[in-house]
Amino acid sequence: MKINNVILRTVAKLVFFIILTLAVYLFFAGHNSPGGGFSGGLVLASALVLLFIVFDIETIQKGLPIDFKLVAAFGAFLSVGTGFGALVFGENFLTQAFDYFNIPFFGEIELTTVTIFEGGVALVVVGVVVTILLSISEDE
Amino acid sequence: MNNIIVMPMMLPVLIGIILLFLRPYVKTQRVLSLLVFIANISISIYVLQLIQQNGVMRLDFGGWQPPFGILFVADSFAMLLVLSSSVVAAACLIYSFSSVKPSFEKNFFYSFVLFLIAGVNGSFLTGDIFNLFVCFEIMLLSSYVLIAFGGRKRQLRESIKYVIINVVSSWIFLVAIAYLYGTVGTLNMAHISERIAEVGQTPMITVISVVFLTVFALKAGLFLYFWLPGSYSVPITPIAALFGALLTKVGIYAMFRVFTLLFYQEQQITHMLIGILAALTLIGGSIGAVAYKDIRLVASYNVVIAVGFILVGLAVATPSAIEGSIYYLIHDIIIKALLFLLVGTMIAVTGQTRMDEISGLIKNHPLLGWLFFLTTLSLSGIPPLSGFIGKVLIGEGAVAAGAYVLLALAFISSIFVLYSLMRIFLTSFWGETIISKDEEVPVKKGWVISTCILALGTIALGLGAEPMSVYIQDAAETLLNPQIYIDAVLGGN
Repeated sequence: MKINNVILRTVAKLVFFIILTLAVYLFFAGHNSPGGGFSGGLVLASALVLLFIVFDIETIQKGLPIDFKLVAAFGAFLSVGTGFGALVFGENFLTQAFDYFNIPFFGEIELTTVTIFEGGVALVVVGVVVTILLSISEDE
Repeated sequence: MNNIIVMPMMLPVLIGIILLFLRPYVKTQRVLSLLVFIANISISIYVLQLIQQNGVMRLDFGGWQPPFGILFVADSFAMLLVLSSSVVAAACLIYSFSSVKPSFEKNFFYSFVLFLIAGVNGSFLTGDIFNLFVCFEIMLLSSYVLIAFGGRKRQLRESIKYVIINVVSSWIFLVAIAYLYGTVGTLNMAHISERIAEVGQTPMITVISVVFLTVFALKAGLFLYFWLPGSYSVPITPIAALFGALLTKVGIYAMFRVFTLLFYQEQQITHMLIGILAALTLIGGSIGAVAYKDIRLVASYNVVIAVGFILVGLAVATPSAIEGSIYYLIHDIIIKALLFLLVGTMIAVTGQTRMDEISGLIKNHPLLGWLFFLTTLSLSGIPPLSGFIGKVLIGEGAVAAGAYVLLALAFISSIFVLYSLMRIFLTSFWGETIISKDEEVPVKKGWVISTCILALGTIALGLGAEPMSVYIQDAAETLLNPQIYIDAVLGGN
């Protein structure tokens, strides 16, 4: 039986981008206020899960041919890598650095290594959540 | 700058993550993971030397000074355990090269072994009680995966029990940490110790210490060992060896750390409780060890007996008893791994798990037989093997403290250990050879190499008691004088 879900699909396409915006906002807000890699990653993952629910898994995997296990592994590698990065500069393990840079158009911006760490956390969360949901749904 | 002391934990994590990408390349995975453990062995020996020269070392993560940041603290006790866990991990890894199915190897087997060891080493090294919880979880999460490798029915049943027990005990652990944080307002172990020393160990804090005791008793299999024999007898051999050798020892380590560093003032309550539990564990373990015919269960109950034995040392808490416990802890890590590997090999060769269905193995496998005999002698404490000195020192400590009941139980349990293993030796290795050579699965080279490494380890530990004693005395001194640890962590701010 084919269910007519035009409204669901149309709304989902729109909402997907709203959720993504919120995810990016939360991710960057986490530097100084509530938010961060974990919550940003969870919201990002929920956007992907919405797509998987509204459209079927095969369609999404055709459009987004990524092995989410490797996404999680890459995220973990990034996070641990920033810890080891400190060793290269002769600092204590996990030491993070930050500085202010003047970038044309954006003006002065604070760039930090902790953002890379948080990015890693976000990728781990996305990878793990999507992998878990896909493995549950594959169960016949 | 003591970045080297984070390596025993972070090197396995880093390589474990890299191995996730190298999924199809089994050879590379094997080489890399073995290299990690060899590196860890050398690092821990080097750090042990450094501690001899400069005293206890610490590393503040990210440069955050204690008590605000989290930190790793390396004292002789922790590093000795890291060293022995690395040796055992390397041996089990060599064993798994020739016993683990390629399909497991391609499903992140080595990554999870590395994560398991990372959690174990992290638990030994951390100086922050919440970080201890995190490292416990890293270790347990990997062990949940590893125990289910194989997916047989019995395995899944036991692993569900194992997961539930550990989730519940981790929850109690978290509650205990919350109570403690609510009472003393800090998580840094040296700082907690200082604060408890300031206000004295109030009844409230003693109650919290008993909650901690419950958690670690569940993890270590001290009296609350009902889950242990089932869970430890189902995983594939190298994993069972790692579990038997390391997982309970982490619980024992935590108990030693917490009851010598934090809650050491009300010994008539806490240490008496540990003594009673240790006595009951010795009795229960001894009965279990002689009650079963399944050789994996006999080996698992031997783990239980050892837990009771080591904690007799903590219960009497005299200097020589603590030294003996440390000695016995190291000995037991090595010898339990050897015991589990040998039992696993016997089962792999014959395809039987009950001792009365295996007979006359020594005719075709003399090396296996004599290694088993050596293990039996070492476990029951025959000199010059490694079990002897630990037993003597714990005995000496118990006599000095006048704990004659514990003393008697500890040594009677040794007789039960000897009996339970000699029974396997007599029925399975001696007697008529019922399986002909061509029906058996041939013994592989990796099995022989790994068991020989561990057998050499127990001999070396027994003969090298004199050179080892420097480190062990240092470890015992740090445990008995919390001020040394506190000064190393909070000094210099």
